[in-house]
Amino acid sequence: MEIFLPIAGQSIDIFVLLGLGTSVGFVAGMFGVGGGFLMTPLLIFLGISPGVAVASVSTHITASSFSGALSYWRRRAVDLKLSLALLAGGLGGTVSGVWLFTQLRALGQLDLLIGLSYLVMLTAIGTLMLSESLRFMLREWRGTKPMLRRPGAHTWVHGLPLKIRFKNSRIYVSIIPVCAIGYFVGVLGAIMGIGGGFLLVPMLIYFLRVPTTTVIGTSNVLTMATMALAAVTHAATNHLVDGVLALILMAGGVTGAQFGARAAQHMRPERLRFLLGLLVLAVGVRFAFEIFAQPDNPFSVRPLEAGR
Amino acid sequence: MTARRLALIALAVAATMVGPRAGGAVQLVVSPSTSHVMIASNYAGTRVVLFGGVEGVAPFELPKGAPSYDVVVTVTGPSQTLVARRKERVLGVWANVESRTFVDAPSYLAVLANRPLDAIAAPTLRDSLRIGLDNVIAALSAGAGDAVFRAALIGLETAHGAYAEKSDAVVFFAPGLFRADIALPPDALVGTYAIDVKLFSGGVLAAQGGSTVDVRKVGIVQFIVEAASRHALLYGIVVTAMALGMGWLASVVFRRD
Repeated sequence: MEIFLPIAGQSIDIFVLLGLGTSVGFVAGMFGVGGGFLMTPLLIFLGISPGVAVASVSTHITASSFSGALSYWRRRAVDLKLSLALLAGGLGGTVSGVWLFTQLRALGQLDLLIGLSYLVMLTAIGTLMLSESLRFMLREWRGTKPMLRRPGAHTWVHGLPLKIRFKNSRIYVSIIPVCAIGYFVGVLGAIMGIGGGFLLVPMLIYFLRVPTTTVIGTSNVLTMATMALAAVTHAATNHLVDGVLALILMAGGVTGAQFGARAAQHMRPERLRFLLGLLVLAVGVRFAFEIFAQPDNPFSVRPLEAGR
Repeated sequence: MTARRLALIALAVAATMVGPRAGGAVQLVVSPSTSHVMIASNYAGTRVVLFGGVEGVAPFELPKGAPSYDVVVTVTGPSQTLVARRKERVLGVWANVESRTFVDAPSYLAVLANRPLDAIAAPTLRDSLRIGLDNVIAALSAGAGDAVFRAALIGLETAHGAYAEKSDAVVFFAPGLFRADIALPPDALVGTYAIDVKLFSGGVLAAQGGSTVDVRKVGIVQFIVEAASRHALLYGIVVTAMALGMGWLASVVFRRD
């Protein structure tokens, strides 16, 4: 059944969109990421203009991460203090990211730069997660008892001043790396048009040693806040948020996110990290292909948009 | 579009031709099946049928056989500026190296005829009358002078469904009476679509006529478009509130305790 999307200005099968929303929502709920790094490229692939895709996906991520955050909240798996500290850095990062975006656009080649940053981030994070979880599983298979939290293994991060105790996560770290991570994710999120959850979750685990019990709920709260802000900003400045597209994606997304979160509870954390690493790496390889492989047609046509 | 309505329009077109002959010169009468296309939430592209008749010739006096007339219908949608880019391998990656801007290129362009264009008129005549996709685009602006980029633009837009050149889309269903099928794409822009009809006889232009079709958004589609542009901040807040509400609803509905 075709439905006309008023802002995108084209019609699309409603069931394709529902299915897309549900499956991306499932992945999002399972791994505690927004799913923007999957949804935005997929919508562009369906023929929706990049501007509308980025702007509308932000509302979809808001919905699915809020629904995820609420269910983690009920299980007391959210560290609100940590989310707020991350958010403080994140908001500053978003502002700098938008500024950087404008500078890059003035230089031309914005598409290539976005593609390259996707490629670098996704393959780096994907490889890191894959190798870490593989090493973990291999150790377990050999019979040596793996230790998730190594109390003695403090890195330089733990030597920084201004330490704060985050009770729910049972960590005691400096506020500096927390804000820095929030800032970094904010910058990249604004440039790549994504929530940045897939960057945030591994960084919280590896740098701050946030336990897997609270990391996903905490990441969901941060993603929800930044994406809600992004959605309002996109609507107010670019007029590119398609309400109908957003609504359909949301309906599928929140449902999928619930099932995803439930499925994740029955899986071992290292398996989850392995799967997420595989997925992130696959999307990264897809971008590599686009950048390095010879295109079928060297020509492309696009309307001259005010947006990008 | 019911069969009965089609028949009525055909009769109406035929009726206009039962008049006195205008001193041997022929005239063209055309009428689209609708003058307004409404884009509502169920719009997925549509078809407009153009009916036409040759005035000054009593249609049933013409001998049966090969059509003595040729018709070329050119439909031009609202214009927009298009940028065509060419990629090349630079330091291992494929980057855009060259671009041409087509100012005021039609967002929709269909050239419909009853026979292949080169059988209807000579190249020089087609060029001066701007008949055929390539001739229309070439006449646009300085950037359109590059034949390679022009061919790439036409190829991509044709594959996308925005441009079309068809030699079988005009059908003479009786001598002197014809119809043309105009297919509007699902992503048609809002605005006025100009229909230009040229009648050829023996390779020369015999008559021309034209009409327009207005495409506009209606109902909920129009409401959303207006809300998003006029009350942008409020619209953004409403959509975001909707997202939060839906997230909350899902977490309540799927709650398991």
